[in-house]
Amino acid sequence: MSAAFVELDRVTLRYGQGDTLALSETTLKIGRGEFIAVVGPSGCGKSSLLKLVSGLMPPSSGGVAVAGSEVRGPLKIVGMAFQNPTLLPWRTTLANVMLPLEIVQPHRGRLRANRREYEDQARRILAGVGLAGFEDKFPWQLSGGMQQRASLCRALIHEPQLLMLDEPFGALDAFTREELWAILQSLWMERPFTVVLVTHDLREAAFLADTIYVMSKRPGRIVHLRRNPLARPRTLETTFTPEFTELVHELRNHISAVRAAEEEAP
Amino acid sequence: MNPVLRRILTRWAPLWSALGLFAAWELACRAFGIPEYVLPTPSASFAAAWTFREAIWMHAAQTLATTLAGFALAVVFGVVLGVLVGSSRAAYTALNPLLIGFNSVPKVAVVPVLVMWFGIGTVPAVITAFLISFFPIVVNVATGLATLEPELRDVLRSLGATRADILLKVGFPRALPFFFASLKVAVTLAFVGSVMSETVASNLGVGYLMMSASSRFNMALVFAGLLVIAAMGIAMYELFSVVERRSTRWAHRGTEGG
Ligand SMILES: Nc1ncnc2c1ncn2[C@@H]1O[C@H](COP(=O)(O)OP(=O)(O)OP(=O)(O)O)[C@@H](O)[C@H]1O
Ligand SMILES: [Mg+2]
Repeated sequence: MSAAFVELDRVTLRYGQGDTLALSETTLKIGRGEFIAVVGPSGCGKSSLLKLVSGLMPPSSGGVAVAGSEVRGPLKIVGMAFQNPTLLPWRTTLANVMLPLEIVQPHRGRLRANRREYEDQARRILAGVGLAGFEDKFPWQLSGGMQQRASLCRALIHEPQLLMLDEPFGALDAFTREELWAILQSLWMERPFTVVLVTHDLREAAFLADTIYVMSKRPGRIVHLRRNPLARPRTLETTFTPEFTELVHELRNHISAVRAAEEEAP
Repeated sequence: MNPVLRRILTRWAPLWSALGLFAAWELACRAFGIPEYVLPTPSASFAAAWTFREAIWMHAAQTLATTLAGFALAVVFGVVLGVLVGSSRAAYTALNPLLIGFNSVPKVAVVPVLVMWFGIGTVPAVITAFLISFFPIVVNVATGLATLEPELRDVLRSLGATRADILLKVGFPRALPFFFASLKVAVTLAFVGSVMSETVASNLGVGYLMMSASSRFNMALVFAGLLVIAAMGIAMYELFSVVERRSTRWAHRGTEGG
């Protein structure tokens, strides 16, 4: 697979003066338009992995390449939803969602002249995640789950080629979460972009991803790669099929093995 | 307690406390028979304020004008310097000791120097007001910028934003509450500066009025001057509090209903 869109080559990441090793010798390749999920125990370096790929942090050693060139600083083609909603408290929901349009070209140059169109687009995408009517509210007037959904909209609005999602549905109830899985899947099927999804929810990984990576406890490493055989579009019905259940089961076993290894370690 | 009564009491609490202070002051003066050339009663001070109202009006207008002029300079310089110090590590390291040293110099000591340079009158008063009030603005603006949460910065960085973008989209809005909070403090300090300069080196302004009144042992007029300065300080402080609350509502969300 030389045509990888995102490529990590024996990447190691160390925080501070060498005591905290977050990632060690992580190697992985993501094809263009591929939807991958990363699962692993808490603190194993999943969020760090996303920050590395998007260029927010440099690796301590090893190489990160996106779209064929070495990542040296923050990329301009990513949309990122962080683990915390990180909305700007002085902006309304609508203004928060429109933030990327003020930064990323070509939208930046066109925003002033086409504000109305862009605003409609932002309203549509907000309505898609069930936030119609909350456009003019401030983040602190929204619930945690609503803020997360707004942050997801912000990651999507500028139609990035590479979407990075860090537990985007963590604060949602099961029903809303499954609804958003379907919405995200249909967006992705309409206009394929590359997605890296970090999640704790194995069903979520099995529902959304083409490829699922299981990471070891800290220092994180990819210990298992699982291709998802389920056909698309996946629906709620899919989650009740034996294939789905089996896949989730298998992932659970891998996680258990990883966690057991943690207990044996000194 | 009756809720209507309670509302009236809390709404006008500052007035009640001021009246209480004046009453205690008046009573103490009368009870202990304190002579007026030591401490005049508030009623005598208000009477003096009324008698000399035209002179007071003129001098107060002068003091207000010099204060606001110095304050305006302080805002401009304070913001420029604060942005520099707050957004650049190098500028912080280079300028911080200078700023602290500068702020430690008593401004009374600077007034004679200013008089040597500019003569007595309005100019030294404006400059003293400026010198004394720009430090809190610099510190607050710089703090607001320097304490920007890395998470918010990362939101912008992940979009490929430039340093200027980050400053404009998150730095400034984030520093705004700090800036407005410093304005309240700075404007009251500006009064201290201008009045101080007027008492030493001017023939205009409330400071000068108080100086000349005390040399004529007219203590009631001296205290009338003090009350006028205090009133102007309170008025300006309140004005900037209102501006602060209006423009940075998001930062005060906990203290207001809705
Ligand atoms: N800014 C930081 N400074 C120092 N150490 C950090 C920092 N961020 C993360 N770490 C450390 O790096 C390791 C990996 O952190 P990371 O946030 O990537 O984990 P994670 O897999 O996303 O965990 P979770 O599932 O709980 O979100 C952790 O052990 C953490 O202590
Ligand atoms: Mg994380």
